[in-house]
Amino acid sequence: MIIERKPLSLWERLYLPAIIGGFKVTLRHFFKKKVTMQYPEEKWVVPAGYRGAPYLVRDQEGHTKCVSCQLCEFVCPPKAIKITPPGPAGELADRPNAEKMPKEFEINMLRCIFCGFCQEVCPEEAIFLQKDYSLTGTNRKEMIYNKEKLLDLGGTHAGVQKWKHKLEEARAQEDFPVKV
Amino acid sequence: MSATPTTETKPAPPAIEKIRIKIDGREIEVPKLSPDWQGKPVPTTMLQACKMVRNDIPHYCWHPKLPVAGNCRMCLVEFGTPALGPDRKPLLNADGTPVIRKSPRPAIACATPISPGMEIYTQTPGVKQMREGVLEFLLINHPLDCPICDKAGECKLQEYSLDYGASASRLVEPKVHKPKAEDLGPRIVLDAERCIMCSRCIRFTRDVVGDDALSFVNRGSYSTLTAYPGKPFDNNYTLNTVDICPVGALTSKDFRFQMRTWFLKETKSICTSCATGCNILIGSREGKIHRYTPRENDGVNGPWMCDAGRLHYKWIHREDRLLDVLVRGEKSTWTTALSEMADKLKLAAPGSVAIIASARQTNEELWLLSKLKAKLGAISDSIPRIGKGDHLLLDADKNPNTNGSRLTGISFTEMGINLVKIAEGIASGTIKTLIVFGEDLLMHSVGSDQLGAKELTSEVVQEHGLTAELLGKLETLIVSDILPNATAQYAHYVLPGCAHAEKRGTFTNRDGRVQKFLQAIQPPGDARAEWDFLHDLVYNLTGRSGFQTIEGLFNEMAKDVPAFNGLTWAGLGDAGVTVKI
Repeated sequence: MIIERKPLSLWERLYLPAIIGGFKVTLRHFFKKKVTMQYPEEKWVVPAGYRGAPYLVRDQEGHTKCVSCQLCEFVCPPKAIKITPPGPAGELADRPNAEKMPKEFEINMLRCIFCGFCQEVCPEEAIFLQKDYSLTGTNRKEMIYNKEKLLDLGGTHAGVQKWKHKLEEARAQEDFPVKV
Repeated sequence: MSATPTTETKPAPPAIEKIRIKIDGREIEVPKLSPDWQGKPVPTTMLQACKMVRNDIPHYCWHPKLPVAGNCRMCLVEFGTPALGPDRKPLLNADGTPVIRKSPRPAIACATPISPGMEIYTQTPGVKQMREGVLEFLLINHPLDCPICDKAGECKLQEYSLDYGASASRLVEPKVHKPKAEDLGPRIVLDAERCIMCSRCIRFTRDVVGDDALSFVNRGSYSTLTAYPGKPFDNNYTLNTVDICPVGALTSKDFRFQMRTWFLKETKSICTSCATGCNILIGSREGKIHRYTPRENDGVNGPWMCDAGRLHYKWIHREDRLLDVLVRGEKSTWTTALSEMADKLKLAAPGSVAIIASARQTNEELWLLSKLKAKLGAISDSIPRIGKGDHLLLDADKNPNTNGSRLTGISFTEMGINLVKIAEGIASGTIKTLIVFGEDLLMHSVGSDQLGAKELTSEVVQEHGLTAELLGKLETLIVSDILPNATAQYAHYVLPGCAHAEKRGTFTNRDGRVQKFLQAIQPPGDARAEWDFLHDLVYNLTGRSGFQTIEGLFNEMAKDVPAFNGLTWAGLGDAGVTVKI
């Protein structure tokens, strides 16, 4: 389709009014509040509920909350999570009562799509999508976060300590007839 | 010697009397008698009748191969029977149908026999309420520690709670706590809290194994499963209780915290620990085997298998597996080794070659070796491996394919009879080439490094005179094995083979049942399935065009070996086919 060009009017042919109009817009912005953020010196404050990188959390007593149930590994759509269960001879958990703790817990942050399924499926409230959005590394291996790193980054989450409660409940029942 | 293959060894059962009943309004005809746990015909129960029309009634304590206990109450159903008049004749409605008197009480479907004209209702609001109620009781003291429970994913309590249970708990009192992670035997861990008192394990060990080792103690909420004091629960079948436990009360120490069940890929296979050939499922994930579980086959092992066979898998993942083709101690390639070997064997004089093939090889591999034997005019045998058998499944013959070795002509009725001749032949210098498959002539020690299996599979291998000195005299020694062994150190050619989980093939068990097994994991390193490279070797030597696939190879073998005539790979199915031995 051919578009016919109309000839310019006199006002348009004068040229200067349009230039002045443009400068007026530019000048107006000089006196407005700045919207550009000086990233990375200045960091963005993410809103509540933001889905950043998933990290493991500890409970208020500093124990690992994860029990290595591997539901997050199962649900993870890009298969970013890899958990090594302790096995029969593995180290005992650092928290009382629940006998199981992951031997290794790896999240490949290059694969992670920050969907939050792991947080949603976790029966122990042990993994949360936190506020980190800028993850960098110099090689691919560095971007696979291991258990130690995930726990350090995750911090603590004060939730219900269900295993501790179970143990307290069990200890209160001193009259249980079978003693082992 | 051709035999007609049959799928079952049992003769056809006589004609069965049938009766008509109605299940949820659908009229069906079911046999009056059905086999009980021992296979004896007894009146058909409601549960069996419902199973026949694929109406699965939830149940915990009932198991097809265990005596009926009727204590879990999960299978409660409502039913009605035809009303009889004073003359003992059925009353009829106006439209000619019989009047049905609904029973005022429900009945447990697992223990109530059916009667003619009976109507069973499995989906009424009453039945749904009863199931919900039973589940609520079962869950009262259940710890709900599914995240750390090995049974999660294959737990009947989880499944039925989802299907029939209430969505929330009404319990406000503290739960009764019982001992957790208690040692019940050398291979079993008991979590008493999770137990729902179905008594399957008690009945199994008492009635099937004949080792009355378990019982309940205490009453009410405090009821607990325990082994008799001073009598350890350590028979050779304890791990079956883990399979039949509908919850996570009994778990395997070996599989404890290894892998969640939903990740396991299950591959149909055969146990290779003895001549019984129990059907198994190999549970593997990402190339690692995590467990064996029995696969039901009433013609062989029923739903059970022994602990020794079940735990005999760790050698497959041993660090020191043979991974490279070695030619005179140097790392080489398959092509080089196979063509060199073929050239040497082509020049070998008739009678100067001996083959010792393990009865742990598959039928196909032994058949290919028998082709070599025919071509070279060789003398051959296998090595008998005799251990302890028992009354249930464990066989004294520890070779999984003794009959295969006989039927393919590698060994004879008395296995091991030729070993003396081979030793004499080497000593006198007439035998210059020895081909050894899957046997360590100098030691015979495979996979005895794991938990409890050594004393259970203690093998006695026939003594023979094939000493290191004799092996040193050989011009050519070809050894194929899976694990490093002393014989391989003298070998000119070492060919790394595959464990049964890494290849496909068939075994012929003690009753002559030809059973196939499938590949669960990939072989490590350069290891190759024996049938695969043997096929290449036979082709190089004889020019006989073989088959690149195991299906074709099996079908070719079936045409050639009289006992296997008429068999096909596809025709073997999952259960296997019995041939005349």
